[in-house]
Amino acid sequence: MYKIIKKETLYQNIHALWIEVPEIARAVQPGQFIILMTKEKGERIPLTVADYDREKGYIDIVFQVAGKTTKELSFFNEGDYLYSVIGPLGKKSDIDFFGTVVLVGGGTGIACIHPIARNLKQAGNKVITIIGARTKELIIMEKELKEVSDELIVTTDDGSYGKKGFVTNILKEKLDHDHTIKKIWAIGPPIMMKVTASVTKSYPVDTIVSLNAIMVDGTGMCGSCRVSIGGETKMVCTDGPEFDAQLVDWDEFMNRMNRYRKAEERSLQYYENHIKRQGQGEV
Amino acid sequence: MAEMLPLKDRIRLEQVPMKEQSPDVRIHNFKEVPLGYTREEAIREAQRCLQCKNPTCMRGCPAEINIPLFIKYIVEEDFKNAYFTILNTDALPAVTGRVCPQEEQCQRECVLNHQGKPIAIGRLERFVADWARENHVHAEHPNNMNNKKNLKVAVVGSGPAGLTCSADLAKMGYDVTLFEALHKPGGVLVYGIPEFRLPKEIVEYEVKEIEQMGVHVICNYVVGATEGVDDLKKDFDAIFLANGAGAPRFMNIPGENMNDVYSANEFLTRSNLMKAYRFPEYDTPINIGKIAATIGAGNVAMDSARTALRLGAEKSYIIYRRSRTEIPARLEEVHHAEEEGVIFHFLTLPIQILGDKDGKVTGMECIKMSLGEPDQSGRRSPVPIEGSNFVLEIDMVIDAIGTMANPIVARSAQDVEVNRWGYFKVDETTKMTTDEGIFAGGDIIRGSATVISAVGDGKSAARAIHAYLSSGNSLRKK
Ligand SMILES: Cc1cc2nc3c(=O)[nH]c(=O)nc-3n(C[C@H](O)[C@H](O)[C@H](O)COP(=O)(O)OP(=O)(O)OC[C@H]3O[C@@H](n4cnc5c(N)ncnc54)[C@H](O)[C@@H]3O)c2cc1C
Ligand code: FES
Repeated sequence: MYKIIKKETLYQNIHALWIEVPEIARAVQPGQFIILMTKEKGERIPLTVADYDREKGYIDIVFQVAGKTTKELSFFNEGDYLYSVIGPLGKKSDIDFFGTVVLVGGGTGIACIHPIARNLKQAGNKVITIIGARTKELIIMEKELKEVSDELIVTTDDGSYGKKGFVTNILKEKLDHDHTIKKIWAIGPPIMMKVTASVTKSYPVDTIVSLNAIMVDGTGMCGSCRVSIGGETKMVCTDGPEFDAQLVDWDEFMNRMNRYRKAEERSLQYYENHIKRQGQGEV
Repeated sequence: MAEMLPLKDRIRLEQVPMKEQSPDVRIHNFKEVPLGYTREEAIREAQRCLQCKNPTCMRGCPAEINIPLFIKYIVEEDFKNAYFTILNTDALPAVTGRVCPQEEQCQRECVLNHQGKPIAIGRLERFVADWARENHVHAEHPNNMNNKKNLKVAVVGSGPAGLTCSADLAKMGYDVTLFEALHKPGGVLVYGIPEFRLPKEIVEYEVKEIEQMGVHVICNYVVGATEGVDDLKKDFDAIFLANGAGAPRFMNIPGENMNDVYSANEFLTRSNLMKAYRFPEYDTPINIGKIAATIGAGNVAMDSARTALRLGAEKSYIIYRRSRTEIPARLEEVHHAEEEGVIFHFLTLPIQILGDKDGKVTGMECIKMSLGEPDQSGRRSPVPIEGSNFVLEIDMVIDAIGTMANPIVARSAQDVEVNRWGYFKVDETTKMTTDEGIFAGGDIIRGSATVISAVGDGKSAARAIHAYLSSGNSLRKK
């Protein structure tokens, strides 16, 4: 059982949980993820480690309520226990000195780029961070990212905060004007990563994306998370989660992300009916 | 107490059959198919045993069970001592009694097998183990209390190899910690083999009994990720690696990454470990088509095809590139699958999976095969018949063509060498790897095999670890 030390609600349905798992906190590197289960009857879902405190033995995860498990997770509070947490899984980000790097974050991907940005900064890079969301309230971790970036640009789709427009438009402007940019990390919803890949294709830069595939074990045992990378089948959980954006078969990846859409709806409905019956938050 | 029968009667009697759930009922549930012997049936079957002076059956048992002795206790209706006799060398009797291929092991060596009616040793073993569980009979572990040694052994992976080695070492008084990556211990016994062949409650029970011996089981611990083997070397005197084969093999044909194509590992893990068959009470979903095609004809394929039926597939096919005579699965499993309505397509090789742009599977292009010359394994190798392509209408695929070595543990063990398939190189008798003090066994040294060979490896390794540590060696002193 894994204790929740702190819960923060970043915005209505975006939450952060600090969990006590000393052996993961000790080993985790930027870019890696964990798999957790809320309860014994739960499913195994991967979540990127957004931050960690090695000394205290804590890790931080950020999630947005989307389906049944994230909904249930949003009812967990300080002092509650998670049934299972494993990790750190996947390969760490390739942190090195590149010169100028751009980090693009969307949705909860904003939280995922934070440790990568911090480590790239420490490695001596000039770090430009572009984060975006639909509207002002959905912009999270602005302060933390400002601290580790040389430049932080915020965008909102509706123009309620920062620049109006998509992160990819800003990225394109940057690429047109700053020829020192060597490497880009784009983490967010699949469609954002796909569009980023097509924007950066014609520039002499490497683009890295972090794929949030559907997983079961997270150790290369089942193949649920497989993707085609440059025509070869790879496991996101052990070969990734970061891949060269230009090599990803995006159509296949987006199809596979939809594999359980119907079942997920049913699961959420079943859960909500339960909450109603029991008249309480947690089931 | 039942009587000993005269020899001529024992030879004359037929094997006592075991009752089963009928096929039309069982394809709608996940309950166990064979129902086990009753007390009377077990005694009747045990009475047939000739009690050979030189019991050949024992030669066929890697778990080293004293077979005639436990059978004698059954005849005497002393089930408790029958249980202790088995438990003395086999820590997983209810498991091995169910899933061992006895027809190729102990029962093949039984002298009564000359007339084609060997003692049903597996069924008797199962009966005894079930009796003990149902009657709350537990082993006593006095040894473990008295001869506690101050030496620590780490075991990686809680499949049959890891569990057996842990149990044997704990009995000798070692301080054993068993690391498991998943949230439940048992390995293939919990994630692979379906409930209808091996109820999970039984595995859970036998694992608990092993924990009672003092083995510390730590789940949710991925060796190679949470900590490497080389890190464990600092804290343990010896290490046993039993992480299983654990990586799925795909056909590498077009269309294989479409949405409704599963590896058997994923399909069975979702259904067994995650209990997708009880979705939405359990959260993990599984998608079932109308017509499921399972590729391969081993035990894993039979389990997959039978699971698909139970989950609601209208038709379930086995697609196999050789013919009936080459089927690698146990005959009993093939028989069960056929009874349940699984349809076999022999001499058929899939070459492409067809589907629409959303990733939905709509069919599978196959080619017919004929059998040519025997290959190294002695089986006649299949050759495609040119121009015989045809399309099978199906809407889901399960790849059950085998597994490969998962490199996650090996990558964290610098001095442990692997062979060209990624399996650990070990000394055949001691199971010691190329890094002295680190041992390995089970599927990760030979590829997918059997529960009983994993059990056998666990036993040999425990003995070798004992020899290594009792002569004053330790990883911590190296
Ligand atoms: C569907 C199916 C049906 C089968 N049917 C039969 C049958 O009827 N009869 C029979 O005899 N055999 C059968 N087999 C084969 C048999 O189950 C295996 O040969 C046997 O389980 C191998 O045992 P093992 O201990 O080597 O490994 P496994 O049972 O594979 O256990 C390995 C364990 O190690 C864990 N692990 C892996 N990596 C790590 C890590 N990095 N850190 C920590 N833990 C890790 C795994 O999660 C797993 O729990 C079947 C196999 C399958 C898949
Ligand atoms: S999640 Fe099972 S192989 Fe990646």
